[in-house]
Amino acid sequence: MGNNSAMYEPLYRALYRIRRVEEEVARVYPTDKIKSPIHLSIGQEAVAVGVCQTLQPRDIVFGTYRSHASYLAKGGDLKKMIAELYGKETGCAKGKGGSMHLVDVEAGVMGASAVVGTTIPHAVGYAYALKLQKKPSIVVTFFGDGACDEGAFAESLNFAALKKTPLLFICENNSYSIHSPQHDRHAKPDICGRAIAHGVPAERIENNDVLEINKRVGAAVERIRSGESGPLFFECMTYRWMEHVGPNLDYDFGYRSKSELEPWRATDQVRRIGSLLDQKVREDIESKVEDEIREAFEFAEASAFPRSEELYTDMCEG
Amino acid sequence: MERVLTYAEALLEATEQEMERDPSVILFGIGVDDFKGTWGTTKDLHLKFGRDRVFDTPLAEDGMTGVAIGAALAGLRPIHVHIRMDFVLLAMNQIINIAAKSRYMYGGSVSVPLVVRSVIGRSWGQGAQHSQGLHSYFTHVPGLKVVAPSTPYDAKGALTASIRDNDPVMFIEHRLIHFQKGHVPQAPYTVPFGKARILAAGSDVTLVGISYMAVECLRAQHFLSEVGIHAEVIDPVCLAPLDMETILASVAKTRRLIVVDTAWTSCGMSGEIIARVAEHLQGSDRPRLQRMGYEPVTCPTTKNLEDLFYPNPQKIAAAAYSMVHDNGSSWAPKHVDSPEVVQFRGPF
Repeated sequence: MGNNSAMYEPLYRALYRIRRVEEEVARVYPTDKIKSPIHLSIGQEAVAVGVCQTLQPRDIVFGTYRSHASYLAKGGDLKKMIAELYGKETGCAKGKGGSMHLVDVEAGVMGASAVVGTTIPHAVGYAYALKLQKKPSIVVTFFGDGACDEGAFAESLNFAALKKTPLLFICENNSYSIHSPQHDRHAKPDICGRAIAHGVPAERIENNDVLEINKRVGAAVERIRSGESGPLFFECMTYRWMEHVGPNLDYDFGYRSKSELEPWRATDQVRRIGSLLDQKVREDIESKVEDEIREAFEFAEASAFPRSEELYTDMCEG
Repeated sequence: MERVLTYAEALLEATEQEMERDPSVILFGIGVDDFKGTWGTTKDLHLKFGRDRVFDTPLAEDGMTGVAIGAALAGLRPIHVHIRMDFVLLAMNQIINIAAKSRYMYGGSVSVPLVVRSVIGRSWGQGAQHSQGLHSYFTHVPGLKVVAPSTPYDAKGALTASIRDNDPVMFIEHRLIHFQKGHVPQAPYTVPFGKARILAAGSDVTLVGISYMAVECLRAQHFLSEVGIHAEVIDPVCLAPLDMETILASVAKTRRLIVVDTAWTSCGMSGEIIARVAEHLQGSDRPRLQRMGYEPVTCPTTKNLEDLFYPNPQKIAAAAYSMVHDNGSSWAPKHVDSPEVVQFRGPF
């Protein structure tokens, strides 16, 4: 496997790391030490990883309340993330934002919102600013199929296309807005068509294939960065394995069946990419990630809660 | 000779000077670059600074407010202009859920230096959806500064301060104060947030007038002086943070307070000021307190009903007279339309 193995290593490290972080979050959750609603990305890691592996550190991502994956894939600090979930003063938002508002400005993770679709125009505005400032970075906005229902989605597509902003739209289509399937919400389920109608070229990537995502998005990123193209749009089909919010499975409540999960689990991208590595290389990556995760949880456990005075800080400058 | 500008000219001058001083300031909103230039307040700025920094927008208040926030996160200083405050309702999600909260919910790691200008419409026939003063929606939420100056001097200084501020500011205007004239220095200056201005000194009753109502309170004060009542008129200038010290000191002196808002009274800014005064000046010698504002109905368009809808100098003076005399006697000056109301020829 030689050379190929080297290419798969960073992908596997990123995929495995996100999967294992979230499994640990889910494991700890019943202890009630994490007092923050969690929206796990388990099953959807391939999109964030496939996209973020094509980016540079100075590039910017905006996320959603389901942002553990994009935060970590873009280089967000793991210790600060776990501390944030624990509500500790060492968290990425000093314990004031929680799981739904992960931020790491140094890593280009510019925040995430609990109100669906609201960060899409932020990415457009940020990209407009980069163009005005003549900076070489690009911006990625991650959002789900639910966000495509919102007016801000259409408004953002239009303005991004109008101003030819250096922006990549990534729709993580997991088919559900909470428990409502896309076909109950969209008369016409063609999300790419909506982007194209607003002047943003769009492609759909089936099957949650991390290598395909990495390849096609990578080509798009280069076209945007070189100025050859304005904003581009990808609809990445994926699947949320866990419940909408919380650490459990939810296949027994009638809105979806376990058989729906099976094809996605059969093509689990974490296992798939791991199987492409030499065993020793894989085990070495896993062992290092496990150490890192243990340290992050120990860091969160050992950190202090914010002082009472922190209630009043950060409302405005100074 | 004192340099005199209109309120609208003062806004234009502040914007132009700040855009000159700081290349990160950008200006956008529906019609900011058209031939009317937002009643002159943004006129021809696109010619001077280019259409990358000054641009018209699609009719997408929600999305464009999000764009403004994103640009602010990237280090720009956007000014987003709404020709009617009613339209800002379409942007409430971004203003309340994001702009007001970003610094806090991201633990102080980001700032949103954004100015949202919006204009309360009036006279004549603006009706249900072109007349609303919704500033108390914004003063309710921590994380937003809200300014509503009434004089050209404060308009320039407060807008300059708003543009330089590193947090979101709601800049509230009123269509009828765009015509006000007053002294405005040419050199840039700032007016501090959270500092009220005493427009007229008096000892019998305190009149706090918000935005255009500060102008109307000055007229009421003039009427009252003819019947021997000395009203103190205060313009809060800034509604959040609010300078209660100035208001409390005045009420401690006059023991009488009328707050006149260019908005409804229910759950509004007038009630907030009254509540804070009541909390501070409790005791046996309680001050007399009164709110005034829009009548509790939807704004009608026809002139005779519209006249009844708004507070005016006569109503304010009559209320102050009754409060001062406190013996059931009443008086009201003869009704004369305020000059801006008379002069307004529309259509907008």
